Amino acid sequence: MTLLQVQDLCVSFGGRRVVDRVSFTLDRGEKLALVGESGSGKTVTALATLRLHDAARLQGAVRFQGRDVLAMGPADLQALRGNEIAVIFQEPMTALNPVMTVGAQIMEALQLHKGLNRAQAREQAIAALRRVEVPEPERRVDSYPHQLSGGQRQRAMIAMALACDPKLLIADEPTTALDVSIRYQILDLLEKLRQERDLAVLMITHDLNLVRRFADRVAVMERGVLVEQGTMAQVMSAPVHPYTRKLIDSRCEREVGEPGQGCVLEGRSVRVVYPVPRPGIRGWFAKGSFTAVQGATFTLAPGETLGVIGESGSGKTSLALALLDLQKASGHIAVDGRAWVDLDAGGRRQLRRHIQVVFQDPFSSLSPRLTVEQIVGEGLAIHEPGLTRLQRRSRVLAALEDVGLGEDGPAGALLHRYPHEFSGGQRQRIAIARALVVQPRIVVLDEPTSSLDVTIQKQVLQLLAQLQRRHGLSYVLVTHDMDVVRAMAHRVLVMKDGRVVREGAVDQVLSEHLWEELGEPQAG
Amino acid sequence: MTEPPVRPRQGPWRRAWRRFTGNRLGWRALQVFLALTLVSLFAEVLSNDKPLLVRYDGHWYVPLVQTLPETTFGGDFHTPTDFLDPYIRAKLAKPGNFALFPPNHYHYSTINYYSRVPDPAPPSRQNWLGTDDRGRDLVARLLYGFRLSVLFALGVTAVCTLGGVLYGAIQGYFAGWTDITMERFVEIWSAMPTLYLLIIFSAFFSPSIWLLLALISVFGWMGVAAYVRAEFLKNRTLDYVRAAKALGQRDRVIIFRHILPNCLTPVITLVPFEMAGAIGALTSLDFLGLGVPEGTPSLGELLAQGKNNLDAWWISLATFTVLVATLVLLILVGDALRDALDPRKALAEEAP
Repeated sequence: MTLLQVQDLCVSFGGRRVVDRVSFTLDRGEKLALVGESGSGKTVTALATLRLHDAARLQGAVRFQGRDVLAMGPADLQALRGNEIAVIFQEPMTALNPVMTVGAQIMEALQLHKGLNRAQAREQAIAALRRVEVPEPERRVDSYPHQLSGGQRQRAMIAMALACDPKLLIADEPTTALDVSIRYQILDLLEKLRQERDLAVLMITHDLNLVRRFADRVAVMERGVLVEQGTMAQVMSAPVHPYTRKLIDSRCEREVGEPGQGCVLEGRSVRVVYPVPRPGIRGWFAKGSFTAVQGATFTLAPGETLGVIGESGSGKTSLALALLDLQKASGHIAVDGRAWVDLDAGGRRQLRRHIQVVFQDPFSSLSPRLTVEQIVGEGLAIHEPGLTRLQRRSRVLAALEDVGLGEDGPAGALLHRYPHEFSGGQRQRIAIARALVVQPRIVVLDEPTSSLDVTIQKQVLQLLAQLQRRHGLSYVLVTHDMDVVRAMAHRVLVMKDGRVVREGAVDQVLSEHLWEELGEPQAG
Repeated sequence: MTEPPVRPRQGPWRRAWRRFTGNRLGWRALQVFLALTLVSLFAEVLSNDKPLLVRYDGHWYVPLVQTLPETTFGGDFHTPTDFLDPYIRAKLAKPGNFALFPPNHYHYSTINYYSRVPDPAPPSRQNWLGTDDRGRDLVARLLYGFRLSVLFALGVTAVCTLGGVLYGAIQGYFAGWTDITMERFVEIWSAMPTLYLLIIFSAFFSPSIWLLLALISVFGWMGVAAYVRAEFLKNRTLDYVRAAKALGQRDRVIIFRHILPNCLTPVITLVPFEMAGAIGALTSLDFLGLGVPEGTPSLGELLAQGKNNLDAWWISLATFTVLVATLVLLILVGDALRDALDPRKALAEEAP
């Protein structure tokens, strides 16, 4: 029986149409995945079924159990939201109110929609938390969101969404903000709850692994248009639309070269300790400490990629910053045989030229008020101050062409633009150019593709592999994405709670065994 | 490449300026304010008791810059000429002689001895807005007083902004103990009773506009510093700062070239409001008699006169109008600047 029917839905903001004649249906108890890259309109489409966009102009028809949602008055709409259709969002930390306890937030919906009194609502809230497998629900009901872990927060969000027994759950990237090991647990939980209550789920995601694991049917969106839909098996095995094919092929391929001999980077018993405030009056006199990295030891050969993987909080980024001497660390870290600790300020500056970095978020890693020429040319101004303006500019242009920014036209046209004029993938290329322009031997890649769309991810990884072969670069690749490590790394360090728990060649370490250890079952 | 094509656009400051000029009220207010300031800078040419140019007995004189004894024009005394004296006027009006007077014939310090009504005199053809209780022309006093207020406000704002930015930048960038120590100092400093100190200082030193500027600036930079500190604390952990450090860039360059341009939004937004605050502070100190030395044209002193001569409505009304107009203009400009620099509006514009 059809639960939700969306017909020729158009959504416009101002004069701009972001969703163009999208039609799909969802049956009771069905799992539909709405797939697309960022900006494809998938979230807007899903939230339009609840009319959650105030500024949007909606055309077409949305029918929920035969009733036209677009024609509903405010009272009906409020009864629909939360009670019959519930939403869970990507980032539970911002979707939950930080100054209300989790229990109070669940109770609010119960009191509003079901007219329960406080005691009854509290009972039900505890029961709801128990159903989503939050440990110690009687205690957790009085916790504030920041006192819960990421996975528990997402579970609390689900408990809140399902408290009123909705018939349809819209899940907007429900696992994107979570660690890999927890993602599949949340997915399993959703599946269990769905079977219990005959719940229909509209899942919005860009992660095809999740789709493969979870969905019955798939709808693919590109730039506001629904380009293909069908059963999961059908779409995944025989995609018709070229865009779908591209999405499915975006799994990265391994095209790395063989590493050379020698050692460009060495770490022995690297230890990173952060001071943390102690509670109470003792905190006035002494600081506690938190050990983020505990005794990591490794070497890196020219042309080699060392993957550093682990969950968030495992210390992998602290380790990367320590390698760059951006974070105080004890132990021995030597670039090209020279240790940071043995050098004075001038010597460190010179050594920095050999080890560069590319960060995760290309939006925050480029100075917003400098032009591309200033950003990329900065390293040259520091390390080769003897260059004339023209020489510097030609080196900048060469670096931009090196990272493939000259393909759409002459790179010279890019010099005077600002970072905000570029897309995410282009910005990441600029960040790579900034690192490469000083001709380093080592580049630290801190989650270089995590904030990019899947198709762009593949391009950036290909570029990085090319650059490695061309210049004999060594990479330290910090990531939580197993696919990226598999495609890029020669050797892998696995970190957990600050310790290196496993180390070795990529195909040995990324075995069946590791998945269990990290708590993530083998994907698809 | 499947990425959308690059759209050519202007730099962030240019776009903010375009948003500002797009706000008609704020942009007009700025134009009017700048025009008034420009006019007041030429106050000596517009309102003075000396002619700009004189031709007398075949000789050319520029009394504006020359001190001419009365004997030059056939008078009896060796004292500087009083050009408002009917006797001199008559001499200058003789055929062959010529005098170009400014539009308003009074300097702020000129006392109109030739008025037929007791001071304060109501508006008349000679004194367009009347005179104050010492017989000085109100138009001249207001014009020079406005100029002094605006220049004073500019000075205070410049000193406070530079000092505050520098202080906040060092605090926020180095964080840790540097931050804590400097923050404690700010807390102690801002707890000082400014008004008492001003009263004490005015007892020790002879009052002067420079002393006032120094005192008000010394207690006025903390607001800017707090904003800049917060912005620096936020920006110092962003990846573009880390990337610059990884390149080996010096702290000084990172502070001024990388972080500072991204922290200027609150600073620039504050400037008009700070100017309004400085004008208000100067006016109130003058009103209380703790401000500028006796005789200096000042809006606060005029307000005090207005209070003392309630029947001379023209004093309070004219001063009040000038003061309110100035503050309203500044606040309109500040409002428009705040809108233009609002990061949310900038983002909305960036969305394709």
